[in-house]
Amino acid sequence: MSAKVTVDDVQRVAELANLELTPDESGHMVHDLNAILDYVAQLNELNTAGVTPLAQIGELKGAGGVSLLRPDVKEPSLDRAAVMAQAPETDLVFFKVPKVIER
Amino acid sequence: MPSDANTAENYVETPKTLTELHAEIAAGRTRAADLAASYYERIAAVNPRLNVYLGLTKERAMEQAARVDAAAAKGDPLGPLAGVPVGIKDVLVMKGAPATAGSKILEGYRPPYDATPVSKLEAAGAVLLGKINCDEFAMGSSNENSAYGPVRNPVDTGRVPGGSSGGSAAAVAANMAVATLGTDTGGSIRQPASFCGVVGVLPTYGRVSRYGLIAFASSLDRVGPFAANVRDAATLLGVIAGYDPKDATSSPAPVPDYAAESDRPVEGLRIGVPAEYFGEGLDSEVRAAIEKGIESLKAAGCAVKPVSLPTTKYAIPTYYLVATAEASANLARFDGVRYGYRSPSSANLADMYRHSRDEGFGAEVKRRILLGTYALSAGYYDAYYLKAQQVRRLLAEEFLRAFAEVDAIVTPTAPMPAFKLGEKTGDPLAMYLADIYTVTASLAGICGVSVPCGTTKAGLPVGMQVLAAHLNEGTAFRVARAVEAARR
Repeated sequence: MSAKVTVDDVQRVAELANLELTPDESGHMVHDLNAILDYVAQLNELNTAGVTPLAQIGELKGAGGVSLLRPDVKEPSLDRAAVMAQAPETDLVFFKVPKVIER
Repeated sequence: MPSDANTAENYVETPKTLTELHAEIAAGRTRAADLAASYYERIAAVNPRLNVYLGLTKERAMEQAARVDAAAAKGDPLGPLAGVPVGIKDVLVMKGAPATAGSKILEGYRPPYDATPVSKLEAAGAVLLGKINCDEFAMGSSNENSAYGPVRNPVDTGRVPGGSSGGSAAAVAANMAVATLGTDTGGSIRQPASFCGVVGVLPTYGRVSRYGLIAFASSLDRVGPFAANVRDAATLLGVIAGYDPKDATSSPAPVPDYAAESDRPVEGLRIGVPAEYFGEGLDSEVRAAIEKGIESLKAAGCAVKPVSLPTTKYAIPTYYLVATAEASANLARFDGVRYGYRSPSSANLADMYRHSRDEGFGAEVKRRILLGTYALSAGYYDAYYLKAQQVRRLLAEEFLRAFAEVDAIVTPTAPMPAFKLGEKTGDPLAMYLADIYTVTASLAGICGVSVPCGTTKAGLPVGMQVLAAHLNEGTAFRVARAVEAARR
């Protein structure tokens, strides 16, 4: 933990997250991420060897939690026309997007 | 009450309690339609200054009010919230009403369905006034991250209302709704309730359905009510709580009569006070107000004793790793394809994704997506995300042990009263620390209430956080009622 984040790291992570940062934004993010990561490094003080990670409250004994899946049966879904009407570009059957394959 | 004479006109008389309002409406002495119309007038007068509502749902509200009035006239049974004007934080969807989540990236989106808590409110007779401003995707502690401008605190308009549900707290404080819904991921209901001097409820994780909530961090996100008093907040929770097959983490536990539970005396309850919540960084006036509140619990017959929660100091780093990791995954869905904003200037699909997200998201959202993506990326996953999940378990188990010894735990809700607009916007870490006392319950999944407990010399409200074990909201309400009663 507590590795120093560089502009290259921020650019790489931005690419993974499909974000495009201006050089100015990248600079700010390098500063902010380093400050935050320095702060979170204090977790290293805690010995967590053998502690099972807790991802969901439902996994915690005594928390009254559950993880119930509803029966796998066909149910009416949202009206297609109402859903498609929200799309930025659509022929009402498909979502339309800019060119995917260059030739 | 307000220190600033210029804001005094924001206040009208405290609304009647829900019980009184219900009797008035059932008897036809107050018409739901007139009540809704008067709230819309008030919103029109006050909103330009406070920026609470992002959109009004007048047509739907007036139709519902007419239904309530018709039922009252016929003598039909009325729901517990018949005619009650309620505002909805704009991260919960209402069919056909623009949903923004405080973000430009959802521009133009009109969801084709209702969130479960929204449907439940309406089925109970509530009149839904409109959609309320908040931090973008509920990420923030001051409401300054909304793409539609900050909400101002009705108590002092130079100060923030807290966040992310700042608009929902301000709406109740300024009587722009009798009650509102907010959401709480790391303190987003409790902290603004404290800053605005109203009651805010964090229900147990799973108690209220998340269906129709625009997700921020799914293992932490909760929906809960704001009201002017504890009993009304308890009534509201009773309406929106309950099992929903549309949310896989929804609890099937039966929903008690929370209002009735809040009526029970607190004598004999064991109240824990953790020293870790009274250390460095706590404002002295906040401390004094909380200590006074604790004295009032002793006077009411509670047994007050110290409890130890030593992992508390690790809660903020744990929270910001877990929450941002989940956010980075949840917010991947905003890509300009199916709804909301699409950048007009893209030659190909990859550019379209990037441009839409870059132009659509604000700085704090990008910061959290980047932090979360980083924490989940190859080589860092174990060191950050997994480590945080392990500490999360330690924190949660620590609370379970404490609740074997006490019925409730009381703390300050926030380390400071409402701060000034712009005071913390330059320093993300300083802003995160405003959540230092609230993120623990978020990580542990337990429930809590923030109840007004006093004011500073400058007249700023101070909230006390009452925490109780999973599915033990009734106890939190009882204790909050006692704190509230001692001030009246």
